[in-house]
Amino acid sequence: MASNKKYWKSVEELDPSNSVVKTLKQNEFVEEIPVDEFLGDKENLEASSTSRRDFLKYVGFSTAAVTLAACEGPVKKAIPYVVQPEQIRPGVANYYATTIADGYDFASVLVKTREGRPIKIENNAEAKVNGSANARVNASVLSLYDSKRVQGPKSGGDYITWEDLDADVVAKLNAAKAGGKAIVLLTQTYASPSTTKLIADFAEKFGNVQHVQYDAISEDATLTAFEQKYGKRALPDYDFSKADLIVSFAADFLGDWHGGGFDSGYAKKRVPSNGKMSRHIQFEGNMSLSGANADKRVPVTPSQQKVALAKLYGYLSGSSVSGELPEHVDAAVKNAASQLRKAGRGAVVVTGIDDVDAQGLALAINEMLQSAAFDVKAPRLLRQGDVEGVNKLVSDMKSGRVGAIIMSGVNPAYTMPGAAEFTEALKSVSLSVTFSMKEDETAIATQYVAAAPHYLESWGDVEMKQGYYGLMQPTIRPLFDTRQFQDSLLKWIGSDKTYYDYIKDFWSTSLLGSGSWNKALHDGVFVASAPVAVAGIADNQQDDAEATEASTAVPAGNAAGMARKLAAAKADGLELVLYPKTGMGDGQQANNPWLQEFPDPITRVSWDNYLTVSKADAEALGFTNRHVANGGLNGSYAKVTVNGVTLDRVPVLIQPGQARGSVGLSFGYGKKEGVKTEMQTGVNAYALYAGFNAIQSVSVEKVAGEHEFACVQLHNTLMGRGDILKETSLEIFNTKNAKEWNVTPKVSLNHNEVEATSVDLWAEFDTSVGHHFNLSIDLNACTGCGACVIACHAENNVPVVGKSEVRRSRDMHWLRIDRYYSSEESFEGDNEVVESISGLGDSLTTFGEMEKASENPQVAFQPVMCQHCNHAPCETVCPVAATSHGRQGQNHMAYNRCVGTRYCANNCPYKVRRFNWFLYNNNDEFDFHMNDDIGKMVLNPDVVVRSRGVMEKCSMCIQMTQKTILDAKRDGRKVRKDEFQTACSAACSSGAMVFGDVNNEEDEVFALKKSDRMYHLLEHVGTKPNVFYHVKVRNTEEA
Amino acid sequence: MKEVIHRNSVSGILSISLAILLAFSTTLFGQEGDPDRGKQLFNSNCAACHKLDQKMTGPALAGVTDKRDREWLHKWIKNNVALRKSGDAEAIAIYEEFNGAVMNTFPQLSEQDIDDILAYTENPPASAAAAGGAGAGQVVAAEPSGVPNEVVLGALVLVFAMLAIMLILVNRTLMRIADAKGIVLPEEKAKRLPLWKAFVKNQFLVFVSVIVLLLVSAFFVYGYMMQVGVDQGYEPVQPIHFSHRIHAGDNEIDCKYCHSSARVSKTSGIPSLNVCMNCHKNIMEVAPETATAEHSKEFYDGEIKKLYAAVGWDAESQSYTGETKPVKWVRIHNLPDFAYFNHSQHVTVAGVACQQCHGPIEEMEVVRQFSPLTMGWCIDCHRTTNVKMEGNEYYEKIHEELSKKYGVEQLTAAQMGALECGKCHY
Repeated sequence: MASNKKYWKSVEELDPSNSVVKTLKQNEFVEEIPVDEFLGDKENLEASSTSRRDFLKYVGFSTAAVTLAACEGPVKKAIPYVVQPEQIRPGVANYYATTIADGYDFASVLVKTREGRPIKIENNAEAKVNGSANARVNASVLSLYDSKRVQGPKSGGDYITWEDLDADVVAKLNAAKAGGKAIVLLTQTYASPSTTKLIADFAEKFGNVQHVQYDAISEDATLTAFEQKYGKRALPDYDFSKADLIVSFAADFLGDWHGGGFDSGYAKKRVPSNGKMSRHIQFEGNMSLSGANADKRVPVTPSQQKVALAKLYGYLSGSSVSGELPEHVDAAVKNAASQLRKAGRGAVVVTGIDDVDAQGLALAINEMLQSAAFDVKAPRLLRQGDVEGVNKLVSDMKSGRVGAIIMSGVNPAYTMPGAAEFTEALKSVSLSVTFSMKEDETAIATQYVAAAPHYLESWGDVEMKQGYYGLMQPTIRPLFDTRQFQDSLLKWIGSDKTYYDYIKDFWSTSLLGSGSWNKALHDGVFVASAPVAVAGIADNQQDDAEATEASTAVPAGNAAGMARKLAAAKADGLELVLYPKTGMGDGQQANNPWLQEFPDPITRVSWDNYLTVSKADAEALGFTNRHVANGGLNGSYAKVTVNGVTLDRVPVLIQPGQARGSVGLSFGYGKKEGVKTEMQTGVNAYALYAGFNAIQSVSVEKVAGEHEFACVQLHNTLMGRGDILKETSLEIFNTKNAKEWNVTPKVSLNHNEVEATSVDLWAEFDTSVGHHFNLSIDLNACTGCGACVIACHAENNVPVVGKSEVRRSRDMHWLRIDRYYSSEESFEGDNEVVESISGLGDSLTTFGEMEKASENPQVAFQPVMCQHCNHAPCETVCPVAATSHGRQGQNHMAYNRCVGTRYCANNCPYKVRRFNWFLYNNNDEFDFHMNDDIGKMVLNPDVVVRSRGVMEKCSMCIQMTQKTILDAKRDGRKVRKDEFQTACSAACSSGAMVFGDVNNEEDEVFALKKSDRMYHLLEHVGTKPNVFYHVKVRNTEEA
Repeated sequence: MKEVIHRNSVSGILSISLAILLAFSTTLFGQEGDPDRGKQLFNSNCAACHKLDQKMTGPALAGVTDKRDREWLHKWIKNNVALRKSGDAEAIAIYEEFNGAVMNTFPQLSEQDIDDILAYTENPPASAAAAGGAGAGQVVAAEPSGVPNEVVLGALVLVFAMLAIMLILVNRTLMRIADAKGIVLPEEKAKRLPLWKAFVKNQFLVFVSVIVLLLVSAFFVYGYMMQVGVDQGYEPVQPIHFSHRIHAGDNEIDCKYCHSSARVSKTSGIPSLNVCMNCHKNIMEVAPETATAEHSKEFYDGEIKKLYAAVGWDAESQSYTGETKPVKWVRIHNLPDFAYFNHSQHVTVAGVACQQCHGPIEEMEVVRQFSPLTMGWCIDCHRTTNVKMEGNEYYEKIHEELSKKYGVEQLTAAQMGALECGKCHY
């Protein structure tokens, strides 16, 4: 059955009387050209001493001067190497495998370098664990070229030499040792075996050394629960490609839960094959990426989540668990329990509730289920933060027991809930050193800032998962006078080794066995053949069968006790859930303009964080969101108080799907130090992170004022066309003919209804010869993670325009991920409602009524870039033929030919063309990376940087397809299977985007184009795009 | 020579005659070696590391026989390694002086060969100087080979002047005769309308000439405008006078030896200085024949010195100092940023000769931009050039399909799609 449900992007759209929405539907460019601004000011014009004649003289003179100046070209210099490194050939990219481990993001990646400059991060297909780069990792290459980096060691605000720093530090360390005081190393999670050994060496030399690991966003509850059960501080690993049923209690596993990286496994099971796909049930408060992808999402507050989890345990174990739940939630839990029982080993329960009992109970449930997706044999090690240790450290510092503190990769003066207390305590420590890339809050409060290199300039090793190693290698010579933490430790213990030697020795003796160091370095990853002898669980459980035995070893009463405690959870008032945003994470890369401008997948807001509030709560508290005439979104401010700490002006965003009684606020914003003024956005949520617990009881009240969001939500409306996103349910997909659920639109021809694809205004292009590129996007596999958006930025030199320009709908993203909410919970109900509409008046009221569904909408993501139409509307209207059709299926855009009429953008039904309103490079008005020499190093030399006044858009990465063709020609061979890639398809770890040549039967895209689920966007327009989508199938089978 | 007791009278006679022969064949010192033959041997075996008058990888060899014992020299040249191993102090000293640079052993050289070489080091034949003199003579001799144009022109002017004078004289004579005979010449006609007024009155003529004038000026303005930004013939002065004439022309070095990136990359690559040093470690000066009327040998040698300064090479100690001054070449071919050009596509795949776009580089003393590098120029070539697809598996299928489509055997680049905007502009 066809789904013709109404999609909408914001609740405002459902209000038929909203004049702004109506206007926006008609206009691509929301704002008038502001002529009035300079001509309307009569007083000023008259007061000016410049007469009309003078003005004309100036114009004439400057025109003549410019013309003359343009006649002679500048003299350009070319400076070759004196000794050219063997591996570098100008114009040819080199790739190096390395690993990012910044304490929050861990991934094995490939780094593309040109002439020795890293310019792009790509996925490392060889990696078994976290081989895919998320949006932040993709953007991390720009953080290397951050002009705010500390350029050398500093003391008291002045640059000093490393020799001076070393002498001072060693003297003070010795003094601390002599004085019997503790020396504390406060570091990020390194998960680095060689660093662990090095710190042990350091402790041996200086005696009373404590190593405290600190995660800005703590996973302490899980670590503790896991330790209690299995005796090792680690996180359980999950393989969602083995899960047929996922029940998640607020675990945003498609986000950063447990270090992230689960999306590729998850997506594998989400694409229906042989009539089967996994089912995903999510109970959560905030609308998260995982919730948005779930088949069934139940909005519940954190305290209800705890009760629900306890009840689930009760239903599964057959014991009765008290606790109160709303009726529909209880029913959903019961239902989930019965499905879990049915799914058996294919089921998995995950939870993100920040509570030791909840985590412990989830572990117990998974053991009970004998879940195949659940792995405790080789747990994840990429979160090690120790809340207790950090708390103890602060009290030790205050009492003067700490003689020296050396910090690395952490910024407690910003990320600690009691940051002021920490900086105060820091004053009573006689030596404080911080290894930092920025002069951040902590660096200001410490005596010595040891300039730290970026991970692309460092050596390192990471054990992300027990037995799975990654190597970090420098891909560029250090840009500044920096030295990494490990090298400094070696220096201070008096070793003459470099950290590189140290790692190599350590790996050769302890890890590699018979493996080769060079191969490990080349691959970037290494899997230990035998489990490395780390005492603990590795030996306890040889296989799943034994896992069962282990589960019986856990006293049942223990789990029941946890359930009992959870069931007693109660909330008084609103509950606040603190969460990391997809773009910003823990806020380390706050000075990264790509990430600031990255629109959040759910809210589509960039350059901000905000309090997400449900519609009902917003009404009760008097919060409003409204669209203003220029297409921007405005929202109320709230005063948020947690535990006596108050944030005064937090912008409020009304979030459909937010559980009533809960509010959300993201970490990572409100950073002030070491961040450019434009990027000092949002409020610092860490202040509310009392006791390092993400769930807080909160009081919220409205305060005066209105916040201006940079939201790309109402931009580029779809002109009221409804067949953009096709959906069906698994049942219908399996039982009905494709014609019924993937309907080809009909148009009228000679007063007969015919299929839109059969009618054509133009003669067909011959697409049968040579390559013909197509991009396939599977809406089932797309999780909306946004890695492609940043990869596109990096590959195509897409400019950053800043908050106020985004607000004016002038964002330059070549690739956007549209997010649609739908109204009804079930397709049938939705269809019935829409089909029963008769007449305009009725439709207005009906759509108005459907607004209620915003309590819990269904969500779908749809990446949209230039569709590369074979019959492109833009091409026919360009007066200067700047955009033309390529034989290989690409719609070309010759920027130097464009005169900026913008007819093409007006005629594009997909609204994917972007106009350069300004010169975004070398312009102080846009003080982002393209305005300084360091930031410009990230530019891709194969793609031109566009100038003012031209239209730009997705080129289907023609520079990449051209390179692939040239490589094949040069080698005298055919293009290999699936060799063609675009930046987005290469970045897509979930396999949602597949690029290739449809004239090559071997390419994956060839089969995908033949699929039943294939459809084109706005088929009835007859544009015949070369980008196609796959109908989204939801697994709505209950029990 | 070793003293040998000659018992055989025939051999004795032979050796005496040989001695006499040698005595007469050598000029001054009556030595056993033949310097001419020695020169050949020196050039083929020794010149890579030695010069007569200058230190290179090894010491300067002029007068080496004065410094060292002959017997020792023979041993050293034959097998210096064995000599050093035997603990010879002199041998070890020289080995250390040249930073442990190991000299090749030459077991293939006979004693006579070595003597010839040593003879050459003592007394190099003065052929080079003679050749230089001959060259200079040739230049002088070339001068009077034709009557200079100026002379011809001068003669012509003189003839015309004489004719004019004669005409005036004749005219004057005739006038005088007419005067004498009393003939009255007719008066000039009545005043005509001035030409310009007649022109102005004829409106059609004015109209046509204005149109013509406008068209002509439009033609020139267009011509001027279209050459703005086209730097054909651009020949900037470079920081080092690098002569492609000498390298690519005289020495026939393959373009891609230095510009090796052209094979695999979009840029042809300006060679890094270490590539220069592959040869210039040994070539410290140009041959005298290389010099031209315009640039002397000293000039070229000075340019090589500039290279040494840039790369930080100390010719005295034959070692790198580590102080480098990268050369700031002036870029000649400047394609705008919005145009993508890939050398390897043209050089490796299409097999286009470098000269097709860059002109007769091997004849250019200083490189200039030979082609206009305009889009029209690119397009013209793409329209007319056939794609080289023989033996390239990539083209097999597409060639088959396209040649059927267009009904041709050979496809031009344009037919392959090389005129599409997006192929070069992205």
